Amino acid sequence: MIRNFLGPIWAIAWKDILLEIRTKEIVTPVVVFAILVVVIFNFAIEPTPQMVAAVAPGILWVAFTFAGILGLNRTFSLEKDKGSLDGLMLCPVSRDTIYFGKVLGSYLFMLAVEAIMLPVFAVLFNLSLFLPEVILVAATATLGFAAVGTVFSAMAANTRSREIMLPVLFFPIALPVVIAAVEGTAGTLRGDGWSEIGRWVQLIGVFDVIFLVVSGFAFHFALEE
Amino acid sequence: MTTGIKRTITQEKVVLSSYTNLFLLGVLVLMVFNLYLIFVWVPTDQNLGNVQRVFYFHVPIAWVGFLAFFIVFIASVVYLIRGSEKWDALAYSAAEIGVLFTSLMLLTGILWAKPVWGVWWTWDARLTTTLILWFIYVAYLMLRAYAPRGSQGARYSAILGIIGFIDVPIVYFAVNWWRTLHPEYVVGPAAESGSLETSMLVALLISVVTFTALFSYLLTQRYSLRWAETLIERLHYNRV
Repeated sequence: MIRNFLGPIWAIAWKDILLEIRTKEIVTPVVVFAILVVVIFNFAIEPTPQMVAAVAPGILWVAFTFAGILGLNRTFSLEKDKGSLDGLMLCPVSRDTIYFGKVLGSYLFMLAVEAIMLPVFAVLFNLSLFLPEVILVAATATLGFAAVGTVFSAMAANTRSREIMLPVLFFPIALPVVIAAVEGTAGTLRGDGWSEIGRWVQLIGVFDVIFLVVSGFAFHFALEE
Repeated sequence: MTTGIKRTITQEKVVLSSYTNLFLLGVLVLMVFNLYLIFVWVPTDQNLGNVQRVFYFHVPIAWVGFLAFFIVFIASVVYLIRGSEKWDALAYSAAEIGVLFTSLMLLTGILWAKPVWGVWWTWDARLTTTLILWFIYVAYLMLRAYAPRGSQGARYSAILGIIGFIDVPIVYFAVNWWRTLHPEYVVGPAAESGSLETSMLVALLISVVTFTALFSYLLTQRYSLRWAETLIERLHYNRV
């Protein structure tokens, strides 16, 4: 039963991963872009060693959100350009399966980008970021991004000037996740206890659950022709 | 088919002109009365002075803005379930008026904040949530402008109308917690405002009624215009 449900989801995600392994169109350029964002912030803020811990979470999450937007833009424009979305919709699977498959694909891409970014960021800002709390915050927050981002990406792919439409749709909705992720990361770097960090993780978790359900429902209507 | 649509348009027009002129007259009389109450009848606030009168505009405008977005939410849900274009026209009209009133709410709020708090803007939970709300519905109108015409664009904006409305309480929670970590630095003379005087409450309530009436007038006008646009578009496609 679970296998029947998860199998097609994984197949759709694997299709995207395989495409990415062969073309390297998302992860490589997005990582370069994210590092550039970090470098620009370094000049914009000029953090001294004392203030690094205070500004680093913000910079990190700005880089992650911008990178996430770039990746999300690709996931559906890719399907749109070659008309492969129609092929995907002809598959004998429900729209939920397509939605969760695309969410899983985008989620793994974003996690890959973040996994490369964290050590680079840690070196550039001289911070140790490989803490379980940071990784937990990043893993849950990125899931929230993928959950709302996928449905907006499907919508933006069909609109004019889609590159600008996706961030305009995405940022206001994803704001609670951004706030919670920044505060959770900052709390970890300050050395706050789990009670402080945990409530931000809970907030992200609530957002994830609500928007996986609502966006999954909305996705049916987004795909209809 | 085409004659049917033409007849519908004429019927709607007749219905419109006979009722709405009366409606408009009623709203205008109410608004003049409301202005009299706000600027002449209500006593001046002892602490804040005349600037406090913006309150009688700000609060009703805010109420209308939220009411409009609630209508967008309901109409979006019904549109996705039923698929009737009338609900889509209602959602769109309410969103447009909602953005207008939210913009006015932000502007009157900024005008009020400067003399009272000493700053134009502060990242307090209510202000930030309103700003994000404004952004969500500006995105709604943009999506409408850039999405393909017809049912696809309507479905997209209905999705945003639903997701956006559900998101607002979460934004409020997040910003509220975030504010408690960064304590308020603005403590103006009116940080603790006392309870309202009876006459002020009366003026406020009448102002809320007036602005709600204005909103219903604008909404019916915009709705019938939007519906006429949809019908004309249908007529156009039928000919092509």
